[in-house]
Amino acid sequence: MIETHLSLLLVVIPLLAAPVTAILPNGRLPWLLTLLVSWLCFALAIWQFMMVMDGSVISYELGGWAPPWGIEYRIDTVNAFVALIVAGMAAITLPYAMLSVEKEIPRDKLSLFYATFLLCIDGLLGITLTGDIFNLFVFLEISSLSTYTLISMGQKRRALTAAYQYLIMGTIGATFLLIGIGLIYAETGTLNMMDLSARLPAVFGHRTVHTAFAFIVVGVGLKLAMFPLHLWLPNAYTYAPSAVTVFLAATATKVAIYVMLRLVFTVFTIEFVYVTPTDSMFMLLGVLGVIVASVYAIYQQDAKRVLAYSSVAQVGYILMGMGFASAMGLTASVIHMFNHALMKGALFMAVGAMVYRIGSSQISQLKGLGRQMPWTFAALVIAGLSLIGVPGTAGFISKWYLVLAAIEQQAWFIAIVILGGSLMAVIYIWKLVETLFFQTATEDISIKEAPLSLLVPTWILVIANIYFGINTELTVNAAEAAVNILENVRQ
Amino acid sequence: MSGQLLIILALLLPLVGAVGITLCGRWPNLRESITLVTAAALGLIVINLYLRLQQGADLSLQVAEPLPGIPIQFTIEPLGMLFALVAGLLWFVTSIYAIGYMRGHNEKNQTRFYAMFAVAIACAMGTAFAGNLFTLFLFYEILTVSTYPLVAHAGTEEAKRGARTYLGILLGTSIGLQLPAIIITYSIAGTLDFREGGIVSGHLDPAWAGLLYALFIFGIGKAAVMPFHRWLPAAMVAPTPVSALLHAVAVVKAGVFSILKITLFIFGTDFITESGASDWLIWFAGGTILLASLVAMTKDNLKARLAYSTVSQLSYIVLGAMLATQMGILGGSLHIAMHAFAKITLFFAAGAILVAAHKTEISDMGGLGRAMPITFGAFFIGSLSIIGLPPFGGMWSKWYLVLGTIEAGQLALLAVLLISSLLNIAYLLPIPVRAFFGKAADGTVYTEIKEAPPSCLLAMIVTSLACLVLFFYPGAFYELASMAAGVE
Repeated sequence: MIETHLSLLLVVIPLLAAPVTAILPNGRLPWLLTLLVSWLCFALAIWQFMMVMDGSVISYELGGWAPPWGIEYRIDTVNAFVALIVAGMAAITLPYAMLSVEKEIPRDKLSLFYATFLLCIDGLLGITLTGDIFNLFVFLEISSLSTYTLISMGQKRRALTAAYQYLIMGTIGATFLLIGIGLIYAETGTLNMMDLSARLPAVFGHRTVHTAFAFIVVGVGLKLAMFPLHLWLPNAYTYAPSAVTVFLAATATKVAIYVMLRLVFTVFTIEFVYVTPTDSMFMLLGVLGVIVASVYAIYQQDAKRVLAYSSVAQVGYILMGMGFASAMGLTASVIHMFNHALMKGALFMAVGAMVYRIGSSQISQLKGLGRQMPWTFAALVIAGLSLIGVPGTAGFISKWYLVLAAIEQQAWFIAIVILGGSLMAVIYIWKLVETLFFQTATEDISIKEAPLSLLVPTWILVIANIYFGINTELTVNAAEAAVNILENVRQ
Repeated sequence: MSGQLLIILALLLPLVGAVGITLCGRWPNLRESITLVTAAALGLIVINLYLRLQQGADLSLQVAEPLPGIPIQFTIEPLGMLFALVAGLLWFVTSIYAIGYMRGHNEKNQTRFYAMFAVAIACAMGTAFAGNLFTLFLFYEILTVSTYPLVAHAGTEEAKRGARTYLGILLGTSIGLQLPAIIITYSIAGTLDFREGGIVSGHLDPAWAGLLYALFIFGIGKAAVMPFHRWLPAAMVAPTPVSALLHAVAVVKAGVFSILKITLFIFGTDFITESGASDWLIWFAGGTILLASLVAMTKDNLKARLAYSTVSQLSYIVLGAMLATQMGILGGSLHIAMHAFAKITLFFAAGAILVAAHKTEISDMGGLGRAMPITFGAFFIGSLSIIGLPPFGGMWSKWYLVLGTIEAGQLALLAVLLISSLLNIAYLLPIPVRAFFGKAADGTVYTEIKEAPPSCLLAMIVTSLACLVLFFYPGAFYELASMAAGVE
C-alpha cells in the first residue's frame, strides 16, 4: 500500500504537515515535527531510490486519471536521485537548524518559519517528482514563494531587500517559464513530459517551439543562477538565516538544474539540442560563470558571500558538463550536483556555526577564530579542499569526470578553465583559512566551540565528502543510470 | 604478521601517533615520548618490510576503488622501499633533534608541530608505497596541505607570505599541470597502474611524448625544477627540523621520487629514449643544477643557501631520471638516500647554530667554529658528502650519475655535473673554513657561546657518521637502487 503511493506521500506529507506546524505553539515543537517529517521523507526517498535504481520507472496517476490527461508522477533514476539529495539535505539541515534558528529568528515567528520551511521542502520535492510540466510550474512557485519568505526572515534588515530582489527576479523567471509552457501547450496540446517528448519533434521547425525553448531556458536559468542571471543569489545567500542558506545552497539550485536537464534533454530531446546552438550556449555561459564568479569570490569581504559566488561558479561547472552534450559530460554534471550539495552544505554549516558564536560572517571579524573553534575550522578546511578538488574528496571525482569529458572532445581550453577554476578556489578558500587561523584576533575574547547539535551535522557532511571521494559506487552508478535515461545522448 | 598488515601499519601508525600527540599536548614529556616511540616503531616496520622485499615477498594491497579501474592501491617495489627507508629512519633521528631544537628555541604551538609532522610522514609513506599514479597523486596532495601549517608555524607576516608561496606553487603546479597530465595519461592508456616498461608506450604518438613528460616534470612542483622552485626557499621560514626532514628529505624527495616512478613505470625508459621525450627537457634539469648553485653562492642567509643547494641537488636526480639509462636511474635513486643524509646534517647544523648562537647569516659566523666544534665538524662532513668527495656516501651517487651521462653520450651534461661539483665547493666549504679559521667581523672571540642541546648534537653525529658509513657500506640503498634501475 505504501509502496504504490510512495511518490505521492513524499509530496503530501510535508504539504499536510505545514499547516499543522503553523498552528503549533512557538517553541521546540514546530521544529520537532518538521524534523520528523524530514526524516520520514528521507526514508521514503531512499526507498523510492532503491526501487528505481535498477532502471525501472514508477508511474503514478494522480486521482486515477491516466496520462496524458491526468497528472502523472513519473519517477526514474534521475529524479529519484535528486529527490534523495533534497530529502537527505533537509534531514541533515534540520538538526542543525534547532539552535541556529532559535538564535537568529524571533521566538514568535518560529512555528511560521518551520511551516514555510516544510512548504519549501515540499515544493522542491514536488518539482523533482512530477512528470507534468504545468504541475512542475506550480511546485516551482510553492518553493519560490516559501524561499522568499525564508530569506526575508534573516537577522539584518538587508535580508528584506535581498528577498525582494530575489522575488522580482524569481517572478520574472517563473513568468518566462510559464510563457514557454503556454507556447508549447499551444503547439502540442499536451502538458505531460513524455507525451511532449513524443510530439515535439514533429514541430521542431516551428518558430513557436524555438521561442518557447528560449523562454524556458531563460526562466529556469534565472532559478538556477546561470551566469549572468545570478544577481539575486549572493545577497539571498548572505542575508538569509544560516540554516536556510545551508538548505538552499545544497538543494534549490540543484533542483533548478534538474529541471533544466529534464526539460532540455527529455522534453526537447538531444536532437533539438543538436539543431540549435544550445550546447555551445551552455558551454559559453558555464565558462564565463566559472571565471567571473570565481574572480568575484576572491574579492568578497564576507565569508558567506565568498561561498555564494563560489556557488555560481560551481553551477558553471555543471553547465559545462551539459554543454559537452556527451554521456561523460552529463555524468560529470549529475555527479557534481550531488557532490556540490555535500561540500557547499558543509561549508555553509561551518560558517553558520561561526555566525552562531560571533554573530557575523564578515571576514575581518573572523580573525583567529579557527583556534577557538578548532572542529568547525577543521570542517571548513576539509570541505574547502573538497571544493578545490583535492584527491580523496568528493570534489575530485567531479573534476575528474569533467576534465575527462573535456579531453574526450579535445576541448583543451575548457580543461584549462576547469583547472583554473580550481586554482581560484584555492585562493578564496585559503583567504578564509589564513584569516581564521593565522591572524590574531583584534580583541582578546574567548569564544567557545560550536555546540554539538551544530557540529555533528557539519561533520556528517564532511565525512560524506571524504566517503564519496573514496567510494563512488552510489554517485557514479546513479549518474550513469541517470544519463542513460536522459538518453539518446551521443556515447 | 602479514606484509599487507605491515603496509597498513606503516601508513596508520604515524596517524595514530598524531592523534596521541594531540591528546597529550598538555604533558610535553609524554608527548615527545609518543613521537619517539612512534618514529622508532615506524623505523622498525620499514626495516622489516625491506627484509621481506629482499626475500621476494609479494607486498601489495588494494584499499578501495574510487573510480572504475583506478583503485587506491599500495605496492612495495625497490624504489619506493628506498624512499620509505630514508624517510622512516630519518624521522626518528629528526625527532630527537626536534626535541632539543624546539625546546631550546622556545617555539610556540609545539603540539601542532609534532602532530602535523607525523601526518606529513604518513603521507610520505603513502607516496612511497603508492601502487598507481592516482594513489601517488592522492598522497602527494595531502602531503602539500599537511605541511602548510608547519611552514606557516611562526604565524608572522613573513611566515604567512612564505606559506602562501609554498601552497600556491605546489597546489598550482599539481592541479594546473600534473592533474591534466594524469587525466591525459588515463584517457590514452586506459589505466594508471605502474607497470614495468611503462603504460603509454604504443598509445601515445612519440611527437607528443615530450609535451606530456613536460607536464609531469613541471607539474611535480616538489621536484623544484626551475622555474617552479620558488616555494622551496620560501618554505625556509619553517622551524629548522621541518626544513631538515621535510624540505630536504620527505617532501622534496617525494617530488623526485614521483618523477623517477613516472619515468620508469608510466613512460618506460625505452619509450623515453625512442621518443626523445627528454631531449630538450633535460636542459631544464641541467640549467637548474647550475643556476641554483650560482644563486646559492649569493645567499648570505645559511638556510637560504642550503635551500638553493637542495634545488640544485634535486635536479641531479631529475637529470638521472631523464637520462633514462640504467646508470642514470641508479645514480638518481641512490642520490635520494645520499643527499638526504648529507643535507639533513647540514640543516641540523644550521638549526644548532641558530639555537646556540642565534645567528642566521653566514657572514656573522666567522670564528664560531671554535666555540661549536661538533656542529661545524658535522657541517664540514655533510658538505664533503654533498660535494661528492670520498670517503663519504655522496660520492657514489655522483659516480653513477656521471657514468649515466657518459652512457647516454651527453658530454655537455657531464660537464654540467663537474662544474656543479666545483660550485658546491665554492658555496659550502667556506662556511666551516671561516668558522674554524676566520675571525668574527667585529673581532669578538666567542667564549660565551656553547654547543647546542645534547639531543641536537646526537642527531648531527648520527647523520654525519651515516654519511661516512654509507661510503663503505652503501648496502641496502645500493641494492634497492640497482634493483630499481634493473642492474644485475
